[in-house]
Parts: sequence; C-alpha cells; structure tokens
Amino acid sequence: MPFEVFVALRFLREGRTQTALILAGATVGVAVIIFITALIGGLQSTLVDKTLSSQPHLTFKRPERIARVLPPAGDEAISAVVEKAPERARSIEQWPRVLALVRATPGIVAAAPTAAGSAFATRAEVSKSVALRGIEAESFDAVIKIRRKMVAGQLRVQGTEVVIGVALAEDLGLGVGDKLRLTTAEGRGDVFTVSGIFDFGDQNVNQRWVLVSLRAAQTLLDLEAGITTIEAKAADPFRAAALADELGPRTALDVDSWMTLNAQLLTALRSQNASALMIQSFVVIAVALGIASVLGVSVIQKSRQIGILKATGTSTGTVVRVFLAEGALVGIAGSLAGCLLGAGMSWAFAVLVKNPYGESLFPVELGPGVFLLASGVAVATSIAASVAPAVHAARLEPAVVIRYG
Amino acid sequence: MADATLEIRGVVKDYGADEVVTRVLHGVDLALGRGEFTALMGPSGSGKSTLLNLVGLLDRPTAGRVLVEGQDTGALDERALTRYRGRTVGFIFQFHHLLPEFDALENVMLPMMADRGRLDPSMEECALHLLREVGLDRLARRRPSQLSGGQQQRVAVARALAMGPKLVLADEPTGNLDTHSADEVFALLREFNRRAGVTFLVVTHDPRLADRCDRIVELVDGRIVADRPNRRET
Repeated sequence: MPFEVFVALRFLREGRTQTALILAGATVGVAVIIFITALIGGLQSTLVDKTLSSQPHLTFKRPERIARVLPPAGDEAISAVVEKAPERARSIEQWPRVLALVRATPGIVAAAPTAAGSAFATRAEVSKSVALRGIEAESFDAVIKIRRKMVAGQLRVQGTEVVIGVALAEDLGLGVGDKLRLTTAEGRGDVFTVSGIFDFGDQNVNQRWVLVSLRAAQTLLDLEAGITTIEAKAADPFRAAALADELGPRTALDVDSWMTLNAQLLTALRSQNASALMIQSFVVIAVALGIASVLGVSVIQKSRQIGILKATGTSTGTVVRVFLAEGALVGIAGSLAGCLLGAGMSWAFAVLVKNPYGESLFPVELGPGVFLLASGVAVATSIAASVAPAVHAARLEPAVVIRYG
Repeated sequence: MADATLEIRGVVKDYGADEVVTRVLHGVDLALGRGEFTALMGPSGSGKSTLLNLVGLLDRPTAGRVLVEGQDTGALDERALTRYRGRTVGFIFQFHHLLPEFDALENVMLPMMADRGRLDPSMEECALHLLREVGLDRLARRRPSQLSGGQQQRVAVARALAMGPKLVLADEPTGNLDTHSADEVFALLREFNRRAGVTFLVVTHDPRLADRCDRIVELVDGRIVADRPNRRET
C-alpha cells in the first residue's frame, strides 16, 4: 500500500465525525445526481413515448401547389392578389420508388405508405366525421406501435375490414363484427366490418382514426393506386429533424418531423435538461465546498502531525498527496454509497409513485453511464476540493508547528 | 574537528520580519564528534530548541553553515533535505511526539514508510525488533493514548532509531516524565549510544541527567557560554 494512502486511511479513521460528514456529503451528492438524471430521463422518455405513440417520426407529403404570378410582358408593374387553390388529395408520384429510397436510408428503421383523407362513419342515423387512413397492417405497425394498443379484436384490414378507436366505437355503439358505413364527401361509400378496436389513450385519435386497407382507402378517396403520405420511424427519435432535412431534397417531398410539429415539447425538454444540469452543478459545488472546508479544518487540526511526518523524513510532495488521497478515498467511498442510494431512491420512486391506472409514472432509466459519470464527477470533485487544504498543509513549517502546534 | 558527525559554524537565526526581528542565535559554533553524547543546557528562551531545529534541518539558518559529516547542508534542495532528515537524523520530542492516529508499531515504522514511500511486510518485523529493544513489543498494537508517558517516549526512541541514524536529536526527552521513567528512557538512550556509536545531542534542564553525558554545552541568550567535557563514567 502506498505510504500516502496508508496515512490518509489512518487520518480518515481517526477523524470519525469529520469523515462521516464529508462521506455523507459526497454520498448525497452522487445520489442526487443519479436520482435527478434518472428522474429527468424517465420523465422525458415517458413524455416522448406518449407524444410519439400515435405520431410517426417523419411524414412525407407531396409539396403543395403554389400559384405563381406570371411576369407580364414589358416593364409595367402589376399588383396581384394570389389566392391559394383548394387542393384535393393528390398522390405521391412513383411512390413505390420513393418508399424504397426512404426504407434504404440509414437511420430509418421502418416506413409505411398511407392513403389518408376525411370521411363520415355512419351507423343507423348517427354519423361522425372521421380521419380515414388506408394502411398496410404490417408496415403501419412497424412505424406506429398499434398492435399493443388493441383492446378488442385484432389489427386486420383485409377486404372490407375496419379498425376503429374505442371512443368512436362507443359513440356509434359498435363492437367487433359489427357493420359500419364509410362515406366520403364526394359520395363514394362502402360498408365495412369492425375487426378490431384500439385505445391510444388520446381522445382525438380514439374518436377520429379509422383504419382500412390501402386498397379500400384508395378507392374511397379516388386515388387510383396512389398514396398521400409516407410515414417513417427513425432509429433515434431525436435525429428525426436531421433526417427530414436530408430526405426532403432527395425525395422532392415535404418532410415534417415530429420535432417541428412538437416544437413546444422539445423546448420544454431542453429547459428541463438545462435546469437539471443547473441543479446538479450546484450540488457538485456544494459538495466540493463541504469537502474543502472539512479537510481545511482537518489540516489545521493536524498541523502537529504534519510536522511530525516532515520531521521523520516525509517529503512535502508526500504530505500533499496524503490530503489528495483523503479526497480521493472520500470520493470513491462516497461514489459507491451514492450509487446505491441513488439507485435505491430511483427504484423507490418508481415503485411508490404511480398514476391512477397503477402504472409507474416514472420508469427508471439507469444505464451504467449515469453511475460512471456521477462517480467520476464525485471523485474529481473530491480531489479538486482537497487541493487547497493539501497545499496549505505543504506550506506548514515543521519547526514552527512542532514547537507551537 | 575532522571526525565530526555534525558541525555548525557561525550560525545566526532571526525570527520575525520587517521591523520586529528577534535574533535568537548570535553566531554559534559547535562540533559534535562521532559517538559523542552531549547535553545542551540553558534557560528557556536561550535558543536551545531553535538550535536543535537547525541541526535537524527542520529550519534553515539566517546566516552560517550547518555541516553533516563534512557536507554543507545549505546547498541541499528540499528533496535531499527530506532524505537527510529521514535517514541521518532521528528526532525525539518532549511533547506530542507520536502520531495519535497510528499504533506504537506503525509509529516506529513511520520513518521507514516515509523513506520507501510504501508499506512493506519487512518493516513490521524491523519495527517489532526495535520495540522489543525498548521493551514494548507486547504493546505494539496500542495507540499512544493507551500508553503511559514513559512508554510513549520509549516508542519515540524506537522511532528515532528506526532508520539507523548517525545523529539523534532529543528535545527534553524526559521533560514530562517522573524520575523513574526519566531514568529508564535516559538509560535507553545511553545504551544505543554506546552500542551503535550514535551521536546524541540532548536538550535538558535536568542537571542530574546532564551529569551523565560526555559533554555539557550551555547556551544563554543565543550564545554558547560554556562547553566542557564531563568525564564522569556512568
């Protein structure tokens, strides 16, 4: 064992209260860093998951037609009022080729074609306005995890089968196997059989979404073999905006990412991150000050011992390292205890705090990275905090402290 | 003196800075021969401890030279001084001499650990041997607070001898011991002096103990006023 560590251990063992105090400080610091990281991480991924549960990461649409003013012949200036033309749903040109391109893009894990438009769902005298979406069950489920949201029947849209939300099913008094008529504003319509009912936990989606086969939607919306949108899922949701920027020019389509559609949420997440970082920084500073002041006092109390160490052949450098070693030992022990405490606090919070459905409000997100980071910060902080006391100890003159100490 | 373990020449020491400067030593010359056992006497405030600190290189003189075995220590850097303190000089202090955080054995091992920079199993054996020599091997695991004053001072003697020093400096080593313990500790010092030929410089107020030394040096107001051999056989 190095001499410095041996002396540091003896000093720490002897100064029981002081050691306990700085250990507690380091432990609480590490625990708070871990807990806050887990809390913010858990809350954010819950929020993002909720937001993304019924939203694709990326949506590709055909660009809108823009009316242009024809430049007049000659030099005369003109003043024109340009009105936007009302547009009917138009198909993405050569969509199988575009879909293949999107699917082949690195960072995209799934893409699905959809034919979307508005329609009325009618049963007996009751009629509701709905958002009609023609999908392929498999590819749609890969982009938006709907299969696990099914509460009755199953996700099957073959022929004239339809999948609807719980709210619409309730409004129209429908169950699996019941019939429903879908009609577009242009008057095309057909009768469908309910094959499944989903619940996204979102009233708007549960009331409005009506899922039919791509073929049926194409017929109802008069799209022939076309589709209106391609929806895609990114491996990393937070890369969606970058992927949108990359794929826009390559596909010549309008690409929206969930990030631009939920800018407010992202701002909230960013400020949450900033405030978490600020809290953690202040915790680190408070712990550092605590360790520095306790070690500083201990240097003064141990002036005599430092004099004896120097008189018995201990170099100034070794004395400095004794106090740095004290800091490092406190940091390491505090990290271990803090990791346990932080993990325990996070776990307890996840278990004890639940929403009315009995689900945890706070899924614990604790990777090894969090522990390593918090421990690294704690050890570095403890050593840094012991620099000033160590330098003070080094400056002590052995003759002076032995005589007056 | 050609065969001097220690020699100081014209040593001056000032304390304080700016306007208030106190001159503690006014040009002291002293040489200690190998194996000599010298008592340093003088009233309090005469500069005995200051002289001891200078000789032990715990402090540097304002002027003058300190030579150890002919080597001028004024030219040594911090590292060399530290090694010199550890290997050549052993200290025995009057009060506060042991580290309260360490047990007796660890206190004796302290100079060895400081010299090697780490813990070594062989050190324990060596330290235990020294404790046996001072008759404390059975109390090796006691803390200083669990030892009597005389026992503490014997541990300090063992520690001072741990590195096999050429010179042992003792600042009133028996100052706060009862007569019996004082005699015991003093006898121990003389025994090591005789057996290993270690040079001793012992500060004492006690004329009875000074009388048992080879030589008596008296310091008054920072000047040596008497330096006489004491040939009484002990």
